[in-house]
Order: sequence, then C-alpha cells, then structure tokens
Amino acid sequence: MSLWKLFTMFVKIGSMMIGGGYSMLPLLVRELVERNKVITEDELTDYMAVAQCTPGVIAINTATFVGYKVRRVIGAIVASLGVILVPMILIIVIAAVLQNFASYPIVQHVFAGIRIAVCALITAAVYKLFKKTVVNPTGFVLFLLAFLFVAVGGVSPVFIVLGAGIVGLVWGWMKRC
Amino acid sequence: MLILLKNLGLLFFEFFKAGLFAVGGGLATVPFIREMGAVYGWVTEAEVANIIAIAESTPGPIGVNAATYVGYNVAGIPGSIMATIGLITPSVIIIILIAKAIHKYYTSHLVQSLFLSLRPAAIGLITAAGFSLLLVALNIKADFRTFQFSAELSTLLRLGLYAVFAFFAFWKKTSKIHPLFFILAGGTLGGLLSL
Repeated sequence: MSLWKLFTMFVKIGSMMIGGGYSMLPLLVRELVERNKVITEDELTDYMAVAQCTPGVIAINTATFVGYKVRRVIGAIVASLGVILVPMILIIVIAAVLQNFASYPIVQHVFAGIRIAVCALITAAVYKLFKKTVVNPTGFVLFLLAFLFVAVGGVSPVFIVLGAGIVGLVWGWMKRC
Repeated sequence: MLILLKNLGLLFFEFFKAGLFAVGGGLATVPFIREMGAVYGWVTEAEVANIIAIAESTPGPIGVNAATYVGYNVAGIPGSIMATIGLITPSVIIIILIAKAIHKYYTSHLVQSLFLSLRPAAIGLITAAGFSLLLVALNIKADFRTFQFSAELSTLLRLGLYAVFAFFAFWKKTSKIHPLFFILAGGTLGGLLSL
C-alpha cells in the first residue's frame, strides 16, 4: 500500500470517528480488515489491546500500529497525521468562530442521534471480533471477567491487559515445560 | 514575539506530558488540561466543560480535539499545531518501539501465547467501553456500586432507534453499507426527532 493511500485512508477514518477512540473500530474493521485487507481481525484486536494500556490517545496509538505494519516508521507517522488532519481543522474553525457550538440545541440533537448510530455500529463490529476471537470456554471466561471487571467493577483496563498477559505467558511457559 | 515563542514551547511541553502520562484514551487527558488551567490560566473550569462537549461532538480523537482547542485559545493556529503535535509525539514514539518488538517476536511461542489470552480479554475491554458509550447514548445513568439506575423518558425512543440501527448493522443485506451512511442517518433522525 502506498503512503498516499495510507494517509487518505486515515484522513477518512479520522473525519468519520465521532465519540472518541472506540468509534473508529467499525471504520477500522471496514477499511483495513475487510476492504483493503492490510491487517487481520486478530492483529486489530492485538493493537487495540496494547493501545489501551499504553499512554496517549487510543486512536493515535492504533493508527501508529497499523501504519507501522504497512510502511514501518514513516507509515506510522503518516497514519497518525492522517487521523488528526480533519479534526484539527474543524476544531480550529469552531474555536475561532463558533465558541458555543456545542450548546446549540440542534447540534445536541444531531449528535445524540449520531451517538446512537455509532453505538449500533460498534456493537456489530465488536460482535465480528468476538466471533473470530472467543472460540473456546477459556477464552469466554477471560472475555467475561475482563468485561465485568471494567464495566461493573470500574477497574482500569491497564490491569486487565497486564493480568491477561501474565496469564498467557505463564500458560505458554507451562505448556512448553 | 518572545511571549508567543515561550507559549508555543510551553504548549508543546505540557501536552507532551499529558500524552506521556494519560493512560486510557482521550478523556484521561482532561485532568492534565485542568492542571494547565490552574498553573498557566489557559482555561477556566467552565471552558474545560465546554471543551469536552465540543471534543465529544466533533469527529476525531477526543484528546486531539481538546489539545487543538486549548492550543488555539492560547496562541492561535501555531498554538493548536504545537499542542496537538506535543500530545501525539509520545504515543507515536512508544507505539513504534512496541510495534518493532512485536513485529520481531510475533511468531515466537511466548508472544503468541501472550496474545492468545490477551485477545479475549481485549474484546471484553472493548465491549465494556462500547457498553458505557451505549449507556450515555441512551441517557441511562448507572452506578454499579450502589446499584442505582435512572433513565429518562427519551430512553425508550433512543433504545428503539438503537435497535433499528443495530438490526441494519447486523442484517447481511445491509451490513455492508458504509458506516458513514449510518452516521448521516443517525444525525438526521436525531435532528428531526429532537433527541
């Protein structure tokens, strides 16, 4: 994949993700896994896992990962710059002329609708990854524990990723011995 | 001129720090922005709330949107660029290093078994994040510690809308429709129904 293609793809993703890092998931599945086949579902899941427990913006972390996979260091930089291009221009316009943009009722209604649509898209994208990844009882237990700890228990995702990683390492080490 | 340069340097440095220490996505940068407001007077508490609202209702990563906004307020367009580049630089460097290591050892037995148990847990994390987004989108307030839940009348309408969108997102014949159309339809319906 050319650098220009990589850049325009992430410009597209950056300008359509509304509501933070996870709203890019449906777009990543569509553009990268299904349409352009630059990464697999497994790789995307791995990247999202690492992106959540490393510092910084999740979307940038994920873009950097994908960019590195495609074109190494220059690809990582190009993909990250692509994600931020359109959002930056929009925010500058808003900061310059529409400081109270978010308080207009029509803006609130429109974005309330968009958030619902985005949630439906995320549900479908997560289900696709779930079907591909959670294929045995052990996997399901890990999935359920991670979900409950974070959604209900309020535990930081960092500990979940570290914990699951350690379980995997010990498991792999024992199987080898 | 000298003040502008000093502010640009400060913006880069402060947002670099936020990018380096904020773990867990865009909203994790908010406490850092509050602190900048307290130390440099760049933003007031009310402005922070406004920035979060704008960042959440425009496309793009929330942290990037917030950095661009604060940077613009302090030093115009150069300020917004410096703040944003500052925020993403640590991410890009750290991830490139990790990606290098993963790429090198991806096929090794230990890394494979690490990811084998990490993947289902990661799906659990993403599901949890999607779940909390859904609660916000449906106007449901949930406190699992005290088991207190509250919803508004509009929750039913929102739930119905979510069910319709989810149906089209799952149904084989419509699931290939580009996400952009879902977003456009959501925005239009949101405006028409005054959600």
